[in-house]
Amino acid sequence: MTMSTLKTAVCGLALLAAPLAASAEELVVNGEIEMITETEPAAHLDGALSTVRSGWTFRTTETKALQMDDFENPAMISVDNGMAAWNTADGAEGKSCADCHGAMEDSMEMVRATYPKWNEEAGEVRNIQMQIDDCRVNQMSAEPYGLDSRPMLAMEAAISSVGRGQVVDVAIDGPAAETWEKGKEIYYTRFGQLDLSCASCHELNYDNYIRADHLSQGQINGFPTYRLKNARLNGTHSRFRGCIRDTRAETYSVGSPEFVALELYVASRGNGLTVEGPAVRN
Amino acid sequence: MKRTIALAAGMAMGAGMALADMVAPADVTYGEYGEIEQSLTGVPGDAEAGREVMITRGLGNCVACHAVTALEDIPFHGEVGPILDGVGSYRTEAELRGIVANAKMTFPESVMPAFYKVDGFIRPGNAFTGKAAEGPLDPLLTAQQIEDVVAYLMTLTD
Ligand code: HEC
Ligand code: HEC
Ligand code: HEC
Repeated sequence: MTMSTLKTAVCGLALLAAPLAASAEELVVNGEIEMITETEPAAHLDGALSTVRSGWTFRTTETKALQMDDFENPAMISVDNGMAAWNTADGAEGKSCADCHGAMEDSMEMVRATYPKWNEEAGEVRNIQMQIDDCRVNQMSAEPYGLDSRPMLAMEAAISSVGRGQVVDVAIDGPAAETWEKGKEIYYTRFGQLDLSCASCHELNYDNYIRADHLSQGQINGFPTYRLKNARLNGTHSRFRGCIRDTRAETYSVGSPEFVALELYVASRGNGLTVEGPAVRN
Repeated sequence: MKRTIALAAGMAMGAGMALADMVAPADVTYGEYGEIEQSLTGVPGDAEAGREVMITRGLGNCVACHAVTALEDIPFHGEVGPILDGVGSYRTEAELRGIVANAKMTFPESVMPAFYKVDGFIRPGNAFTGKAAEGPLDPLLTAQQIEDVVAYLMTLTD
């Protein structure tokens, strides 16, 4: 190796490392769960992003701190409620989630990192909430929680919490490919009278301020998120609704095939980040 | 009080002129570079009213995306678009009218919304309700508000 190639190699490395280091602050939850808050973009992003960053990296120091310790994280009360519901029998079959799935920490560890996911029997891509209500109705003969309802978000937050630190890795190929393509198309569609796509704000303008809001990449590895603004857990589809509504558009509904597809696509943009939910946002 | 009277007078005048000289969104003629030579109303813009459009959320809310030093007293200017300081010096009135009415005629693919356009949108909503729009859309700003904003932008000289 000549001196000049060595130099280029070193420079190259330094260049690669530089953007990562710029916003790299460590997120270690409870002093033990090490999060990846910035990573190389997945191949399927095709250069659309130069780096992939968790929403946590865009928040203020105070908001960030709330997510670093479960005693500070206001979403943990809901996680406790979700855990309790997991072990409580409900519905005509008299069964609890635990009766079939055992300990949540074991059976649900990889769920948040891999959903939305193709369900072979149903022949569709399902998100966690759809699967939970399917179990409630068809396995327990219980009332469905309802998408983005409080008990649903509590259960989803609990399932997410046991998957924290796992690397997001949703499958976009095979039978999921068609849904993923549909989600991608929606992501780049400019909606409403303001004529803006998800990409207008979260791909072209992340890290910029739009009025008082510091735009993130709109990643969903932190969902469900606890927002200080409304002091409760917020679901992914409700967030999508809010963002589309803000373009002066007619939104899709929570649980719609369009939002499931969009959820799969947006989740895949965060492949390589770690599960943070329930995260804390402003 | 003085201000309200002035505003009311302005509105009355705007309404009076509307029938005669107002150019509807569909009838606007854009030049080769997206400029609009002709006033949309024939009534000179009111820079003070234009300032209000720039800073008000329900109107132009231009500061959501643009910083303007002259509007320093208004909190939270965005960074999505360029700083508009001096824009009245390096842009003509016709260019500014075109950019505010439909920025995509000047900057194809721009994320800046078109403020004087009523069709060609995907799933247009009923304002910020998230519900479908009922009936024909109104432009985001009226013809006179466009003229007012242009008049304000022309005051932003070096
Ligand atoms: C009577 C048994 C039974 C009960 C009770 C039950 N489930 Fe399930 N659950 C299943 C089966 C079977 C599957 C696999 C379903 C499939 O693949 O179609 C499953 C799958 C899941 C999955 C997806 C797991 C994965 O790795 O893909 C989640 C999440 C889940 N259940 C959550 C719950 C929750 C939360 C409850 C309680 C509210 C619950 N389940 C109650 C039987 C049950
Ligand atoms: C007009 C700008 C705008 C558009 C268009 C937009 N968003 Fe957002 N979005 C925001 C703002 C502002 C926030 C709050 C700050 C942040 O987290 O970026 C936000 C937050 C989010 C979040 C929460 C991120 C987190 O870490 O908590 C997600 C997810 C999201 N958006 C997804 C989307 C998707 C998907 C679309 C398209 C359907 C979209 N957004 C369109 C402005 C926009
Ligand atoms: C959602 C973001 C957004 C909003 C809202 C917005 N703009 Fe823009 N504007 C932009 C961007 C981005 C550009 C740069 C043009 C491009 O897309 O390349 C721009 C360009 C301009 C320019 C041209 C500047 C130059 O350097 O020549 C003017 C003038 C302007 N905007 C005025 C306004 C006014 C007045 C309003 C409100 C009535 C407004 N903008 C609202 C994003 C926005």
